[in-house]
Amino acid sequence: MLALRDVTVRYGDATAVDDVSLDLASGQVLAVLGPSGCGKSTLLRAVAGLEPLESGSICWDGEDLAGTPTHKRGFALMFQDGQLFAHLTVARNVAYALRLRRTPAARVAARVRELLDLVGLSGYDDRLPGTLSGGERQRVALARALAVEPRLILLDEPLSALDATLRERLAGDLRSILHAAGTTALLVTHDHEEAFALADRLAVMRGGRVVQQGAIDEVWREPVDEETALFLGYARVLRDAAARRVLDAAALPPAYAVALRRSALVVDDEGPLRAVVESARVTPELVRLVVGAEGVGSVDAVAPLGGRVAPGDEVSLRVDVTRLAVLAITP
Amino acid sequence: MSLDTPGLVPRPATRPPRAARRVAGLLAIAAAPVLVLGVLFVLPVAGMVAEGFVVDGRFAPGAVLDVLARPRVHRVAWFTVWTSGVATLLAVVLGLPAAYALHRLALPGRAVVRAALLVPFVLPTVVVGVAFRQLLGEGGPLGFLGLDGTPVAIVCGLVFFNVAVVVRTVGVAWESLDPRPGQAAAALGASPWQVLRTVTLPALRPAIVGAASIVFLFCATAFGVVLTLGGVRYSTVETEIYLLTTTVFDLQAAAALSVLQIVVVVALLALAARLRATPDPTAQRAVAPARAVRRSDAPVVVATLLVLAAMLLPIVTLVLGSLSVGDGWGLDNYRALTTAGDDQALLVPVTTALLVSLRTAVDAMWMALLVGIVVSLIVTRRSHSVGERRVRSTLDGFFMLPLGVSAVTLGFGFLITLDRPPLDLRDSPLLVPMAQALVALPLVVRSLTPVLGGIDDRQRQAAASLGASPWRTLLTVDLPVVWKPVLAACGFAFAVSLGEFGATSFLARDTNPTLPVVIFRLIGHPGEANYGMALAASVVLAVVTAVVVLGVERLRVPGVGAF
Repeated sequence: MLALRDVTVRYGDATAVDDVSLDLASGQVLAVLGPSGCGKSTLLRAVAGLEPLESGSICWDGEDLAGTPTHKRGFALMFQDGQLFAHLTVARNVAYALRLRRTPAARVAARVRELLDLVGLSGYDDRLPGTLSGGERQRVALARALAVEPRLILLDEPLSALDATLRERLAGDLRSILHAAGTTALLVTHDHEEAFALADRLAVMRGGRVVQQGAIDEVWREPVDEETALFLGYARVLRDAAARRVLDAAALPPAYAVALRRSALVVDDEGPLRAVVESARVTPELVRLVVGAEGVGSVDAVAPLGGRVAPGDEVSLRVDVTRLAVLAITP
Repeated sequence: MSLDTPGLVPRPATRPPRAARRVAGLLAIAAAPVLVLGVLFVLPVAGMVAEGFVVDGRFAPGAVLDVLARPRVHRVAWFTVWTSGVATLLAVVLGLPAAYALHRLALPGRAVVRAALLVPFVLPTVVVGVAFRQLLGEGGPLGFLGLDGTPVAIVCGLVFFNVAVVVRTVGVAWESLDPRPGQAAAALGASPWQVLRTVTLPALRPAIVGAASIVFLFCATAFGVVLTLGGVRYSTVETEIYLLTTTVFDLQAAAALSVLQIVVVVALLALAARLRATPDPTAQRAVAPARAVRRSDAPVVVATLLVLAAMLLPIVTLVLGSLSVGDGWGLDNYRALTTAGDDQALLVPVTTALLVSLRTAVDAMWMALLVGIVVSLIVTRRSHSVGERRVRSTLDGFFMLPLGVSAVTLGFGFLITLDRPPLDLRDSPLLVPMAQALVALPLVVRSLTPVLGGIDDRQRQAAASLGASPWRTLLTVDLPVVWKPVLAACGFAFAVSLGEFGATSFLARDTNPTLPVVIFRLIGHPGEANYGMALAASVVLAVVTAVVVLGVERLRVPGVGAF
């Protein structure tokens, strides 16, 4: 397993990674989630051995990797844009690490076929990277990284260079491939959807520090503070009276702050909250509203399709408790 | 050249002839530089070629073949090929570690060293010849090796010039090489050596091959350094042409050799262009930040230091030599520069020659720049039709021709064609600057085109869509990007002109010589005082050139001097 202890990386005077400790058990996928510039890519590069540590240690199975150069770590790194070797064919790219290890040609060929099958690119052997689409390139990069069964695979925003539909499809594939291969993976991303799609565990990083980590649903349910909540896709954070009013309507004990997703308040004639619709927008799944709720203020809400809700209407709202998170913060 | 528009624009008559108009406009703009190059380049070279093929007014190609069958010509040709080949190989082998160390590692003082490395490349060839004679000759620090006057000395001189070309060309490519494929390879288990072999060198191959081909070209057409180090005994095609013209007066043989050289060089250039045309993965990418030096970099750093020391040695020897007087030190050699030398070696004092050189360089500079800017604009604009593109690439090739023809051939051609009406330039003070401007032209164009070509055409389209006229677009989009490279090109043209010896040696008059010509006269003249003056004059010329080039380097134009 991978263990980071108090890892600090500096670029001159700027501290890119500040005192980060993380653990990653074998066979698991950990996503480091953070906005751009939070130091997550630097952290990944430090694990790969591409950035020297200012202090702290990175260990694998208890062995400190400080003196181990990148090529002896056995960690495969997959870049955001794949970084395929443009002068080599797809098969040569995938076989790269195998050939470095002087694997017999027959075994190389068999393994390449197997890997291209795995990523769904059989028959692409002789193509050059320049002729592939973005998604195909990422698949080849993944096959190349998996070729020698690395003990850890490092993924740097593996999907963010792709367009939305492709991203969704490849995310599913990537997850099943990683699980099928039983690979331990460390993933960095700024996209919480990507993190949820791929990871078992989540570490949220901000300003070079890890502000929260845990199992993915845990972190999702209990964001540690307002910024984290907003970054995880919560739409608004209510405080004080507004928070108490919403929690009361949900029959939950009062708290100082609560984070709401956009679908936390649902139009329901039996609902305890009174509100006036400010705007309504129809989406394929439901109607998204902004309402002025009594004692709460302006918040997002949803109504089922076909409900005929228009601006100016008075509506009742109920609270969906699975769509909010009580924040453990105080004034 | 066939430049008549209709034939080049195959398109149905029903469409508006907009493309044809564009091509016509292009040709109108190109007319001036084409005319200049036609008169000042094609005419002299054609005249020189005719000299070889036409005997007593009759076309007699047999004479050329007779010349090419001479054993001495075979010897000269083989000598040219093998010295250039060995020198190219050495320059690449010595240049690669330095290119890496100076462009990829955060070595202290690397900016200064990189700037200084530009100097040897533009150092006047005669100066380098003198410096190596001083170093390797009797009584020189390396005189005991007995290399003076041997082919080894010539190869050393050639390598001295061209290591800088390799360091710069490959270094710039290396600098802008994306480090991530290498890192990806390392993460896949490739050792640093394997990364170099499997990822870095393949990516650098276009740059290395390009550098090697241009270095081979420079070596094969080197003149001043071969003439000063090889004398009459070891002759390359280039110096042989000179000797045949000026001492043996066998114009026909000289012309035959020139033809041979043109053919070979143009073939080489075409080959180099083909190699360059393969997509270069280093093009248009950001510069990677330099990496801190690690212990494992020691071999590279040591190799680089050795190369630098070896390059410094002849220069230091030259400076020390110029300061030594009898048994002591002094400035006597420099004071003697106001005289015409011992034994009436010269017709004018050396200081006068320096003034002539500077004046000539200014004239050559504005001429090269004027033509160079127009040419660069013409060849970098985006073509709107197949015909237009064809015209542009033809023009591009045409304007690169001077790179392929040796300076000696050019000078010789000037001498025999521009000496009679309607164009009698024998007494024109612009004759020498014109020849030098032609020598500098490809360099100017090569400095400007990457920058102009690198401007995204959509920038111009954006300006135009906002209502800017073509002239206004030029001012807003092109000028801010291009003024620095233009200044740099000025400096280069000036430096090239200062050191130009091949063409000038034919054209400069004894009453009006440039500094390199004077230096060559002085070392050919007996007398220790004359030799001392040659050393001092070389130092002066080297210093002036170095100052100009270091000024250029301060402009920090990316990629300048990378051909």
